Amino acid sequence: MIEVRDVHKSFGPQPVLRGTTLRIEKGEAVVIIGRSGGGKSILLKHLIGLLRPDSGNVLVDGQDLARMGERELLSVRRHFGMLFQAAALFDSFDVYENVSFVLRREGKHTAAEMRRLVAEALEMVELPGIEHKKPAELSGGMRKRVGLARAIVYRPRILLYDEPTTGLDPIAGDRIDRLIRRVWEQLNVTSIAVTHDMKSARTISNRILMLHEGRIHADDTTERIFQSTDPILYNFVNGIGESRSEPN
Amino acid sequence: MARMPILLYQRVQAGLDGLGEQAQLLGETIGSLRRHRPSWKDFIAQLHFVGVKSQTVVVTTGAATGMVLCAQTYFQFHKFKMDTATGAVVSVGMCSELGPVLAGLMLAGRVGAAMAAELGTMKVTEQIDALRALATHPVDFLVVPRVLATVVAAPLLTAQSVVIGIVASYVIGVHLLGIEGAYYLANIQRYTNPHHVVMGLIKAVIFGAIIALVGCHKGLNCQQGAEGVGHATTETVVTASISILVVNFFLTLFLSRLFNV
Ligand SMILES: Nc1ncnc2c1ncn2[C@@H]1O[C@H](COP(=O)(O)OP(=O)(O)OP(=O)(O)O)[C@@H](O)[C@H]1O
Ligand SMILES: [Mg+2]
Repeated sequence: MIEVRDVHKSFGPQPVLRGTTLRIEKGEAVVIIGRSGGGKSILLKHLIGLLRPDSGNVLVDGQDLARMGERELLSVRRHFGMLFQAAALFDSFDVYENVSFVLRREGKHTAAEMRRLVAEALEMVELPGIEHKKPAELSGGMRKRVGLARAIVYRPRILLYDEPTTGLDPIAGDRIDRLIRRVWEQLNVTSIAVTHDMKSARTISNRILMLHEGRIHADDTTERIFQSTDPILYNFVNGIGESRSEPN
Repeated sequence: MARMPILLYQRVQAGLDGLGEQAQLLGETIGSLRRHRPSWKDFIAQLHFVGVKSQTVVVTTGAATGMVLCAQTYFQFHKFKMDTATGAVVSVGMCSELGPVLAGLMLAGRVGAAMAAELGTMKVTEQIDALRALATHPVDFLVVPRVLATVVAAPLLTAQSVVIGIVASYVIGVHLLGIEGAYYLANIQRYTNPHHVVMGLIKAVIFGAIIALVGCHKGLNCQQGAEGVGHATTETVVTASISILVVNFFLTLFLSRLFNV
């Protein structure tokens, strides 16, 4: 269970999160939507303790991340897998070393097991056999999928995806959406994704939160979000740039 | 003009803050060493980069310094018919001061800058965040092997530089300037105390730690963008070089007293 209580975060004079409060239960599939530059990536980084709130609390299974030291946070983060917006692959490692990073650090698997797990994960993201390529040799979309493989290979309990389908062609995007859905259904994980792709949001979530001006503006089931007549939400969901246009 | 003292004050304060943070990084590095056994493979890779690949620059520096020091000392001493003492001056100077300081400055430029650029790029491309998200402490994974490798490599490189410098000075002194070879060597042995050598090596270890800690600290705290990486790199060279020169002065005072040389 993840709970964010009244979190504030500014960068210099610019406030990004202004009293964000939300709660995500174990096993949910949540999507966070919001305008570009609205602080979605920043919010996601708070959930795993990569950023500390200026004030407020971030609770994961009752433990307050805001009060933990970096060393203590490491054991909490072991339960998380995170896909970064720009993949953030280690560019001095090849794909195999990237995907097997956690497995190698833990040293609980034999070399053969690790090779099998990595091959399976790459199979899942539809990039089999690219173990020996360097990140620089991959396209942006391929990097993203390798980042996804790196996040799921060690079977974390909570998965954070930062714009998993941005930069992919529609077909690859759809396949990734299905993969995220399948991971959620089959591996019994909590799935939290940030996106502004509404088609993707419909596939991978059963609840949608909207971050607007640093606060959670809407929080409802996926169906009801898509039917909402709230102007801010309606315009976002239907991609209407005019602030005057009202629904119906 | 009225802002000058304020600016100066801010600069000094920023410098002191940086010093405090580097000391903290040293503490974390030692803490990490006590907690985990560092990765052998990463250490060897760093040792290769820091040690093996720095030899050209360090050897060249040593040879050039030994040669000019020999020539200049000879020109002055020759006036007083003290030609054969030249070797002693070169040897003591190289072992205890010039060897470690010049090797340190060259390593700050080559190794410290490279560390800052590498870690800085990792920071701005979110690879450091990815590392943390994958439950790995950047100090364990990145800083420890770099500090260890530099601390091991710096005294070895310094020794190499000193030896090459003395050999080069022998070639210049004996074969070019015509000093009597046997006396040249005898005076080197007579005036160079083992303490001079130990002093130089202790300095090199400390300079190695300074270079790696400053480089890693500037890299990990790099500001956004290519400009941030460039800034971190430059600052590393400046900070590490100045620290080496200042620390060297105090080490000379302290170690000379300690060894009584
Ligand atoms: N390290 C940083 N330093 C200063 N400002 C930052 C930093 N990171 C993010 N910001 C600011 O915080 C705001 C939110 O950034 P964030 O990356 O969370 O947006 P986002 O909602 O993920 O947008 P997008 O959909 O484009 O990815 C932006 O306005 C950005 O300028
Ligand atoms: Mg983002």
